[in-house]
Amino acid sequence: MAQKNLLLGDEAIALGALHAGLSGVYAYPGTPSTEITEYIQLHPLTRERNVHCKWSANEKTAMEEALGMSYAGKRALVCFKHVGLNVCADPFMGSATTGANGGLVIASCDDPSMHSSQNEQDSRFYGAFAMMPVFEPSNQEEAYAMTRAAFDYSEKRGIPVLMRMTTRMAHSRAVVESGEDIREQNTLHYPEKPRQWVTLPVNSRVRNRELIKDYAQFEADAVASPFNRLTDGPDKRMGIIACGIAYNYLMENFPDGCPYPVLKVSQYPFPRELAKKLAGWCQTILVMEEGQPLVEEKLRGVYPTAITIKGRLDGSLPRDGELSPEAVRPALGLPAVELYPASEVIAPRPPALCQGCGHRDFYTALNNVLKDYPGARVFGDIGCYTLGWMPPFNSLHTCVEMGASLTMAQGAAFSGTWPAVAVIGDSTFTHSGMTGLLDAVNENADVTLCISDNLTTGMTGGQDSAGTGRIEAICEGLGVPKEHIRTIVPLPKNYPDMEKVIREELEYHGVSVIVCRRECIQTLRRHASKK
Amino acid sequence: MKQDIILAGVGGQGILSIATVIGAAALQQGLYLKQAEVHGMSQRGGDVQSHLRLSSDPIYSDLIPRGGASLIVSLEPMEALRYVPWLAKDGWIVTNTTPLVNIPNYPEMDKVVEALHKFPHVVAVDADTIAKELNNPRGANMVLLGAMSTGLDILEPDQLREGIRRVFARKGDAIVEANLKAFDAGAAQHLEEE
Repeated sequence: MAQKNLLLGDEAIALGALHAGLSGVYAYPGTPSTEITEYIQLHPLTRERNVHCKWSANEKTAMEEALGMSYAGKRALVCFKHVGLNVCADPFMGSATTGANGGLVIASCDDPSMHSSQNEQDSRFYGAFAMMPVFEPSNQEEAYAMTRAAFDYSEKRGIPVLMRMTTRMAHSRAVVESGEDIREQNTLHYPEKPRQWVTLPVNSRVRNRELIKDYAQFEADAVASPFNRLTDGPDKRMGIIACGIAYNYLMENFPDGCPYPVLKVSQYPFPRELAKKLAGWCQTILVMEEGQPLVEEKLRGVYPTAITIKGRLDGSLPRDGELSPEAVRPALGLPAVELYPASEVIAPRPPALCQGCGHRDFYTALNNVLKDYPGARVFGDIGCYTLGWMPPFNSLHTCVEMGASLTMAQGAAFSGTWPAVAVIGDSTFTHSGMTGLLDAVNENADVTLCISDNLTTGMTGGQDSAGTGRIEAICEGLGVPKEHIRTIVPLPKNYPDMEKVIREELEYHGVSVIVCRRECIQTLRRHASKK
Repeated sequence: MKQDIILAGVGGQGILSIATVIGAAALQQGLYLKQAEVHGMSQRGGDVQSHLRLSSDPIYSDLIPRGGASLIVSLEPMEALRYVPWLAKDGWIVTNTTPLVNIPNYPEMDKVVEALHKFPHVVAVDADTIAKELNNPRGANMVLLGAMSTGLDILEPDQLREGIRRVFARKGDAIVEANLKAFDAGAAQHLEEE
């Protein structure tokens, strides 16, 4: 029976994948994508069908594991936040060359306005880059339907599909009517064209030409897609191209129907034939898209044309940040709504490390020691502990991307920085810090690596951490001398011991690791209430 | 008919439980609903808000347009003020009066109260104290839900009560009853203030 569910955009993708006969989800947690995998982990169908749902160590391993599942003929879903696509860019690009055997869908969730991220990168660029189709649902119901369609399409055309979503829909609930038919899982079967799965130049040159041809077919499919829709309107002074969720902000402003012709775009390659048709009706085209101006740049080109293009690049819409119902009004020629002004009384309330969090005690001890080392630089990483940059700690000098703490510390140490301290969490360490530690060991870099181990992936809500219980063994295995792997428990009563250990390892001119271990208080509370 | 509500508070206060109860009631009544939440970094003690939209017709935007909310419901008084640009001119503010001070520069309380009462329709409820008196200190959010219930035209209080039963059923009868009591205490508050 058709069922009505109140689902986050993330959950709609998850349910769509399960109903499409999913055999495995492969993912690393990252806001705003985490809830896709979490929904699958808790769904009864997952247990019933033994769907793979364990977190991967990072996005690259996730992408490769899913590609292996696709090779074996089964349907796989990969999920991560937009910057995770950078981490797995190599296998992602490679998967366009191998193509998909079992349906392969890669869900990448972008974060315009950077609610919980370091940049606004738009995953759609990767689609064109890899010559891969991109699906971009505009609402939760479409997210469910398009995920199902994406698996079918992936198998029909033998290509992975990149599913792009942004924060606002990922984390917004709406009523989703799910289908009655739950598709069976695929059985084990191998690719009909095995050569393209071995990407030696001799094979890849052939495959590349095929893919170029296929890409034209993908565009023809996008022109014919039910998810792309050209609707005429009586007022031809302007035509509107609305991509993904931007379509909602357009329609919100016209409750009685949009007077302008509209091209709704949710499937790429960009359907140029439909855009040409629209330009046949209207001399001015407004491009509304969430994220970077990908379509707008494509239409604008370099040389002047008879068509006027409006969008984020000419100031008609904000150049950065996510769109909103009111942000698009001026571009639509609508008057501003009269508002209460923002209150002058309020103070900002930035996020902070929880009271009682072990990272707090670690930073307190580190700061106490570093008072005596004015030349010290502390290289941070991605996680809750990045909040140590903020007052009252002000402990960090850098934070760039997952794993960059220790490697940047090495470069700085070689350049004369002393002491060079790296701070990384346990999950980030196993995500992409271990290889950097091997570099440090191989050149006996004068660095001190502090692994603030809270036994979980904290910032995203407490998912399993890949190296729990094995952090010291990993460091030893990578070649850090056993006597320079020190473990401390971050608690106020231990400050004297902690400071002694930190001081000793700073004074050691080689690679040392300080594992600072106490369970995340959020997961501790959850574990306590379960008992 | 439609109703747009901003739910506000500080990460960890439980605004999502309010949204979940209203969502369960709305789903039961066959209403269209969109509910945008904040996940991730801000949940670590930062300001959080949820845009909750209910309508008898399909809803496009996940975000409430500024100037469009008929209600701001806040578990924290200063946080209520943060979202006034979203409030419709004739909209209501229903707020808890207990401040949550986790920042060094929290404004003076009388300034917050003064700013709040400049708005034409404000219901200020000491939800924390009421919840404590009911021996349900974590029920402040349900007190506030009760307080807003009479200002919610699109759902009846009894439909919200049913929502509480559904949402908290798996936590046992005692929790359901405690939350219903908190809801009723909040609802009584609103009437007195009016």
